[in-house]
Formats: sequence, C-alpha cells, structure tokens
Amino acid sequence: MKLDTSGLETTMPVIGFGSNSEMLDGFSSVPSFDLPRTTDFDGFQKKAVEMVKPAKGTTTLAFIFKEGVMVAADSRASMGGYISSQSVKKIIEINPYMLGTMAGGAADCQFWHRNLGIKCRLHELANKRRISVSGASKLLANMLYSYRGMGLSVGTMIAGWDETGPGLYYVDNEGGRLKGDRFSVGSGSPYAYGVLDSGYKFDMSVEEASELARRSIYHATFRDGASGGVASVYHVGPQGWTKLSGDDVGELHYHYYPVTPVTAEHVMEEAAE
Amino acid sequence: MECVFGLVGNGFAIVAADTSAVHSILLHKNKEDKIMVLDSHKLVAASGEPGDRVQFTEYVQKNVSLYQFRNGLPLTTAAAANFTRGELATALRKNPYSVNILMAGYDKEAGASLYYIDYIATLHKVDKGAFGYGSYFSLSTMDRHYRSDMSVEEAIELVDKCILEIRSRLVIAPPNFVIKIVDKDGAREYDWRITTADA
Repeated sequence: MKLDTSGLETTMPVIGFGSNSEMLDGFSSVPSFDLPRTTDFDGFQKKAVEMVKPAKGTTTLAFIFKEGVMVAADSRASMGGYISSQSVKKIIEINPYMLGTMAGGAADCQFWHRNLGIKCRLHELANKRRISVSGASKLLANMLYSYRGMGLSVGTMIAGWDETGPGLYYVDNEGGRLKGDRFSVGSGSPYAYGVLDSGYKFDMSVEEASELARRSIYHATFRDGASGGVASVYHVGPQGWTKLSGDDVGELHYHYYPVTPVTAEHVMEEAAE
Repeated sequence: MECVFGLVGNGFAIVAADTSAVHSILLHKNKEDKIMVLDSHKLVAASGEPGDRVQFTEYVQKNVSLYQFRNGLPLTTAAAANFTRGELATALRKNPYSVNILMAGYDKEAGASLYYIDYIATLHKVDKGAFGYGSYFSLSTMDRHYRSDMSVEEAIELVDKCILEIRSRLVIAPPNFVIKIVDKDGAREYDWRITTADA
C-alpha cells in the first residue's frame, strides 16, 4: 500500500542558504518532517523510543537533606533482555566518607571509582587533609573528559560529607559535572524522580528519608525492566557512610501492597456423581 | 535546548542564558549557571555539550588569569575573544569543542562590547547575538526593539520580551533564566527569571 504523504509536504520557501554543506549549522536547513527510509515502521518506532530512553539499565538515586546524604540503588545487571545478575553492588565505597553510584558499564564504573579512591588517598597523603567532594568529583570528571568519545559508559553520583557539609555531584562519561541536591541516574530514573520529587522535603528524619529512597527505587524497579533485585539504601553523615538496608524489591511489593483475601462470589461445586 | 542571547547598551553589555541541565528527556537541574565570570570585567555565556562547555570555558578563564599574572595587565575583551577563537580553531580539525560562546566585556578605551564565537570558530563583534533554538525568537525581537543607546532598564525590558517569547513559543522552553551584566563597575549577576523553583 502506497502511503499518501502529501499532507506532510511543506509549503515553506527554501531559505536561500545554498546547498547542505557540512560547514552550515544543521538548524539553517528547511524544517520539514522527514519520513524514515524504512518499510518496518514499528521497528523504527521502537528504535526511536530506545534512543530517547535513558540508556544505562539501572536505577540509582541520591539526595541531600537535613541529616546528610541518602544514596540508594537497585542491583540488577541486564544484557539486553537477559538478566545476568540480581546481586550487583551498585553503590561503591570510595573511602569511609564518600560513596559513588554505578550506572552504565559495570567495569567502567568499578574501575574508575577504584581509581578515584586511589587519587583521593594520594591527595590525603600529599596534603595532610581529606579531599573535598567537589575536588573528588572534579578529578573524576576531568579523567572521564579526557576519554570522551572513546566509548566509556559511566553515569555516576559522588556523595560525601566534607568540611563544607554534605555534597552531591553528578558526573557522566561525556565529562559533564553537576552540583545538586537531588539526582537519579539510569533507565529507571524518570520513574524514581516521580516518587522522589513529590515526597521530598529538606527537613526529614533519617528514617523518613531512607523510606523515601527505598520507595523510589521500588517504584522504578516495578516499571522498568532493566532495574530490580535488591534496593540498597546508604546514609552519609558527618561521621561517614553507613548501610541502612537492603530489601528484595519483590518482597517490598507485597509489603507495600499486601494481598487481601477476597471472598469468592461463586464457588465451583463438585459435579454431582 | 539551550538558549543564550545578549546585547550591548549604553556603556554596558547584558547576557542571558537558560539554566537547565538536560540529558535526553530528563531535566537533571534547573539552576545551572552557564554564564561564567571570566575576570573582573568579562562574561562568557556558553552553550553546548556539558563536558565541553565547562572544560573549555574554564581553560579560557585560567589562561586569561595566567596572562594577567605574567604581564600585570588584564587582557582586553577583543584579545580574550580572539584567544578563544584561536583555541577553537586549533582544535577544530582534530578534536573539536562543541561550544557556542557569547563573550561580553567592558574596557576603558573600547567601552562595552559583545563577541559572537560559534563552535566552528567564527568570530564576530556584534551589538546583539543569540544561540540555540531560542535564537529563532530572540533575534527578531531584538532586531525590532534594539537601539544602540539603550539604558539598563530598557535593555532588561527587551531581555524580558525575548524570554517571554521563548517561553510562549518554544515547544520545550526552559523554565528558568539567569541574566548577568558587565559595565564599568565590573561583571556581576543581575537577576534570575524563575518559573519553576526547585521543588
């Protein structure tokens, strides 16, 4: 069946910038709706959705509140549609007062966080004082920036407590580094943001904050296929980090939404012999 | 997408930039300051890939400071702009930086000036300039209402007109903007325009 695409043709005049040369900024060509050159439109649509969805198959989050920083993550590792592990440690202990979260390539995150831990220790030995969270995240960002374009996949948050108080930075493989109060990274992050943003208050107790973190991870694992396993929650306070909980999200589901027994309206009776 | 625009008035230059840090469909942060104070009398408003933007503008800032330390004299805005363009041009055919820059500055002799430097190392001295999808709306608004002897109040009115136009017409309009000004008293933050404060 030949598609009638006459409705998509534009009547806008060509803005005379000349031919499409590479030197011109892409925005100056005529805006028009390009049809994809394919016969498999469903496959194309799927690829388009995949392109927009955050790629790193995981859910991690961290936020600053009155009592410090709360860090939480799931523990599923997936390779396409195959779940390769349900027990991956995605919260990496850089040193006793700093945590890093893992999203993206597991090897990349583990290696570079370990490397960051080495650099932080060297800084401590050379300067006789602990490195700040800002400094540690800048070290990591500069390192990742120097490898940009070479295929590293790292979406991490550096959370810690230093002289200026609690600190939280988001660092990724493109070399971006953002200071903030609240971040979530990974394919499940939009779902986690939904629960985290609506429940967040700065004045929370440690219990309320850990419950918010756990709930956000649970909801993300519920909707996102690439997240699951165990929801781990860590707290970073002035004395360093402590692990608060690690709950299987399957069990959490029935904890939040218990099955209520429903009385059957009609009971099947044995057929009379 | 990132919106950066600026204009030159009577003895001052103003630049405005959106403050969203976006990753695909996610807005990671809506208070990210993209206008760097290069030195006491220069502003650099940059838009582009997150790593490149911060790394390149910091590189320019440190080199400008180094020049001042070595020579005891600050660079003029024109010199800083030409240095920036030179660095972009050198990197272009090897490892290009994806950053678009509007550099605003005030010099005693030259007065206020604005330089348009794009990612392929184009350099123009301009009265008004803009980058990003927002430029489609702000450039014509500025063309219509701009005069070369505007006062600060009139210029801010024009900036607000542009922000309003971007907010109402751009499909994914950034919620917040920051406005910075540079004049004989130095480079400083002027104001923010916030529609979505951090929840």
